[in-house]
Amino acid sequence: MSASTATASEHVSFLEYKGKYKGILGWILSTDHKRVGLLYLYTMLVFFSLAATLGLLMKLQLIAPGYTIMGPQTYNAMFTVHGIIMIFVIVVPGLPAVFGNFFLPLMIGAKDVAFPKLNLASWWIYIIGILVVLSSQFVGGWPDTGWTFYAPYSFRTPANVLPALFGAFILGFSSILTGINFVVTIHRMRAPGMTWFKMPLFPWTLYATAWIQVLATPVIGITLLLTVMERVWGIGIFDPNLGGDPILYQHLFWIYSHPAVYIMILPGLGVISEIIPVFSRKRIYGYKAIVLSSLAIAFVGYFVWGHHMFTSGMSGRALFAFSFLTFLVAIPSAIKVFNWVATMYKGSLNLQTPFYWAVSFIFVFMVGGFSGLTLGSLAANVHIHDTHFVVAHFHFIVFGGTGFSFMAALHYWFSKMFGRMYDRGWANTGWVVFFAGFLTLYLPMFGLGMQGMPRRYYDYLPEFHAGNIISSLGAILMIAGAAIVIVNLVRSARHGEKTSEKNPWGGKTLEWETDTPPTFENWEDIPSVEERPYEYK
Amino acid sequence: MSEEKHHISSYTSHFLVLGALLLLTAVSVAVTSLEMGKYDTLVAMLIAGTKAAIVLTWFMHLRFDNKIYAIFTVAVIVLFLLVLYITFFDYSYR
Repeated sequence: MSASTATASEHVSFLEYKGKYKGILGWILSTDHKRVGLLYLYTMLVFFSLAATLGLLMKLQLIAPGYTIMGPQTYNAMFTVHGIIMIFVIVVPGLPAVFGNFFLPLMIGAKDVAFPKLNLASWWIYIIGILVVLSSQFVGGWPDTGWTFYAPYSFRTPANVLPALFGAFILGFSSILTGINFVVTIHRMRAPGMTWFKMPLFPWTLYATAWIQVLATPVIGITLLLTVMERVWGIGIFDPNLGGDPILYQHLFWIYSHPAVYIMILPGLGVISEIIPVFSRKRIYGYKAIVLSSLAIAFVGYFVWGHHMFTSGMSGRALFAFSFLTFLVAIPSAIKVFNWVATMYKGSLNLQTPFYWAVSFIFVFMVGGFSGLTLGSLAANVHIHDTHFVVAHFHFIVFGGTGFSFMAALHYWFSKMFGRMYDRGWANTGWVVFFAGFLTLYLPMFGLGMQGMPRRYYDYLPEFHAGNIISSLGAILMIAGAAIVIVNLVRSARHGEKTSEKNPWGGKTLEWETDTPPTFENWEDIPSVEERPYEYK
Repeated sequence: MSEEKHHISSYTSHFLVLGALLLLTAVSVAVTSLEMGKYDTLVAMLIAGTKAAIVLTWFMHLRFDNKIYAIFTVAVIVLFLLVLYITFFDYSYR
């Protein structure tokens, strides 16, 4: 970059910055971390809409027993594609790819991530992965295995599984590269004076997440590749007819996919840890405890995968060990909740939309967490394994956890990202409708599961009808809430009230010291850090 | 980063690493003729692990770099071993 360009760019926001390319090329070829973050956001918005529509169609099918709007094969394809898109395209990359990319350099006082080109490459790999997954619809039809691709069904089904396996394999690379970028960025590019324990909590959770992305994702890559080989060449790793072990597939799959739950949730915990002190006007309670509990979750989270397999036929000792470890991982999660509540205690609460999303996050996260302990208990698990109870727990954690914290983050940082403010009335209305819809949709599923309604069936017995009607109506309400939120934000990003206010919420972290929206390279001079974050007097 | 010192390995060191790797490859082939029962896999893994350690230590410069890299590498290996250990809670007692 020439010196004159650099000078000119200092006062131009990244949204208006004219680089080497113009128009859409200026976005899809930009290595600016903020534009890459927004590219992920727009992509996720599109695919979230698609996957949410599939979810709504499934709930409409379940509004009455028997054939309502689709048959069993279509239903199987629906929950498979819904799961693959939601997991691999939305919630796994979710918060790190969007808000990590956008805010990590801003929060640690850097001009960009350590490897900007690699960062853009991650987004392109992500797009290629999505296209490969979706190509199955046009080259043989959607798969029907569920997002878990369990052996031996995944290599025996006549449905078209290969594109989805390859697509998920490719998406893993995007995740690994983002993780490497964040680890190096945090180690090497923190502003002068920002020691480890002066770093804000969101970057801390990104750091813990990045290690999981780097270390766990290769396992799923290898596993999916082995499944492809099993399906194409019958190599006999997982196929019991050839001497293979289908439970080995489950071990390998969950060795990644359980830590992946922490990839989804840890950055969400970081977002909430940012929002609670700002809207309570209080220093965060137990900063180091939150940091260490994030690292503990990341570490212990590696060893609990077996709780997905309690009825698979594992040895009794393994069952005991995994149950014990599952209870252990609840401790650092609970530490965070205690710290958030203690931070709010006697705080000067500022009731704004991000805070509403944050406190509702705590509620749904607790429901998800406690139902997780129920599932972690061996005897209870046998009764409710693979029922709607699991679906409810899973959505409370993954959608409740990641989704609510994603929305909290979006409403918290929106003005910084777009230089405009959303309509707060509509934002609050959207939250109320969404939250009510969410609870109406998923709470009845706990009851249905306890009654014995299995998951992944397009039909059910008449005694499950009442719960399903309530749940399906909840789905409609929740989608209405999501539509209000999304329309309000999309409209506000284009036509909302312009603002250049640097710090609308009174935050104490570095991103609030940059221009709104930030300039191309974030800082005229790299800031130096003297205080710890969240120092409210 | 330009202030950091970079260690330059000698050709002798590279050839010694190559020699050790070739020797261990020959050993790993040779031990396949021995009947060691359930220890077969353990021995093969030990030889492969030794080869990996040589590559990491000398060829990939862990020995000469900042200690933080060695610490992280060892931590990752420990994590991997723990995952294997817990997996065998299932396979050993099924």
